[in-house]
Amino acid sequence: MRKTCINHVYKLAKRDPRVVFIGSDLGPGLLDEMKQEMPSRWFMEGVSEQHCVGMAAGLALEGFVPYFNTIATFITRRCFEQVAVDLCLHDLPVRLIANGGGLVYAPLGPTHLAIEDIAIMRALPNMTIFCAADADEMTRFMDASLDWPHPIYIRLAKGGDPVISTDAHGFKIGKAITHREPSEITFITNGIMVGRCLAAANYLKVEGIEAGVINMHTVKPLDEVSVLNAADASSLIVTVEEHIRSGGLGTAVAECIADNDCETPVCRLGLPDKFPEDYGSQDHLLSQAGLTPENIAEQARTRLGNTIKRIV
Amino acid sequence: MNDSLQQHTIKAASKIALDNRSKALRRLVVQALDGGGRGHIGSSMSLIEILRILYDDVLTYRAHEPNWDGRDRFILSKGHGCLAQYVLLADKGFFDVAELEKFCRAGSFLGGHPEAAKVPGVEASTGALGHGLPIAVGMALAARIKGVKNRVFVVTGDGEMDEGSNWEAMMSAVKHKLDNLVLAIDYNKIQSYGPTSEVLDLEPLMDKLTAFGFSTLQINGHDKIAIRSAFNNLPKAPGKPTAVLCHTIKGKGISFAEGDPTWHHKSRVAPNVIAAMYEELSHA
Repeated sequence: MRKTCINHVYKLAKRDPRVVFIGSDLGPGLLDEMKQEMPSRWFMEGVSEQHCVGMAAGLALEGFVPYFNTIATFITRRCFEQVAVDLCLHDLPVRLIANGGGLVYAPLGPTHLAIEDIAIMRALPNMTIFCAADADEMTRFMDASLDWPHPIYIRLAKGGDPVISTDAHGFKIGKAITHREPSEITFITNGIMVGRCLAAANYLKVEGIEAGVINMHTVKPLDEVSVLNAADASSLIVTVEEHIRSGGLGTAVAECIADNDCETPVCRLGLPDKFPEDYGSQDHLLSQAGLTPENIAEQARTRLGNTIKRIV
Repeated sequence: MNDSLQQHTIKAASKIALDNRSKALRRLVVQALDGGGRGHIGSSMSLIEILRILYDDVLTYRAHEPNWDGRDRFILSKGHGCLAQYVLLADKGFFDVAELEKFCRAGSFLGGHPEAAKVPGVEASTGALGHGLPIAVGMALAARIKGVKNRVFVVTGDGEMDEGSNWEAMMSAVKHKLDNLVLAIDYNKIQSYGPTSEVLDLEPLMDKLTAFGFSTLQINGHDKIAIRSAFNNLPKAPGKPTAVLCHTIKGKGISFAEGDPTWHHKSRVAPNVIAAMYEELSHA
């Protein structure tokens, strides 16, 4: 997915002279073709992320569309003020390509785990937040990103996951994709959790519980119409995210439901409010947090049972 | 770095007498301070001659077409010194002088830190320190990509140079050989808490700027001829960004505010104190 995203910057740059690429201190050979072909629009700036965001703002103020790539935690934690003031206050079309959203960097430990990145970005006016489900969706998003007039936080998930999005779904920033129609339970999710929720829905079906799956790839601006339609059609909304339970997608969905006087219960699944203590793989840490398809199905079923009992 | 030259320049800054235009501009600062009931008075007064020369003699711009493509870009990175910039922008006709009295008030477009979306002639919203120089590097690169000749000027404070992002941006400016970029530092030697030499010493600042690869010079930041000479005939060295270290006096022109950190920012200034300021700034 990361490769798809970065290579697409070069494609966009060939198409549009406003596009520039800025990297911090990334891997050797990154976007070499772009560097050779359009050296004035390719920058590798070193381990100076605060400067990079400001420089991107300066370029955007002059009409360029900069795509800045570094690790997610460095954008969200280290550069928060630059993102808030330089990008969001000026409402500039800078794209922040964030490597290692969620638990991708599991072996590298908590300094590199972006578990609260969406909460941080969601707090900023004018910010758009996108979490791709797979490489194909990333391609569709990148085409749509070119003329979006606001800053965008692009959260990269793990590469090589099964592709579950299709052209038939179409793509529009801020418009959720329904993979399975809202039903008794409806999962609202994004990133690689979409695939896991589809699998969880299959487990539930075997037990006679119908479950819908909505891919909320854009966390901000939230597609409130899709959330409310799903809530109206369901006995239980289950949000599933590779992110701490506070401040991210689940919170956004719960806020939407509360603000619209909707009474459908919301079950928020995600990471606990603590820094992960173990290493290993992304899958391993997700399992520890109960985010396997089986566990997601189990938690949804239990909560649905409680909800029905309460109503009866 | 020649220490005796630096000491001489610092002394000269304190001795220089203000001409009528410098006094008139400072009276407008007092007018805004009085209107808004607050302001970074010391930080603005040290800037007046630097901004006056930039807007009078150096920058290319069109006051009635503030977004004209061919303009030089100017960023006041020490956004808290905005009273000085507002006064120059009003003086040049970017907006009506009467707006100054609404400084910081509800409904005004002149806030305690300048906002690009609101104030004609303000390129970037500043106030959080250490942001202007990275943005300026981006603007200078933009000019290069487009192949246009406009220049980018940034003024930072001295306390502001504590921020690491400035030094990141300086390395980048030198790497990219941005000789269309000029950094001026308002070196009044007093930050909010007290002397920069005590809070976080910047010395040897000229050596640091030079070591980072800038073409450097230091001047008396209240001496019009020296400022004009520093900002004319740019770049000083082809392929290098320029840094001008401007030795200034915090609160310059108001004897009882000069060099006093308590005048970094003032609110609720009593009418008799305002009157005393006007008196000191009256025409010769």
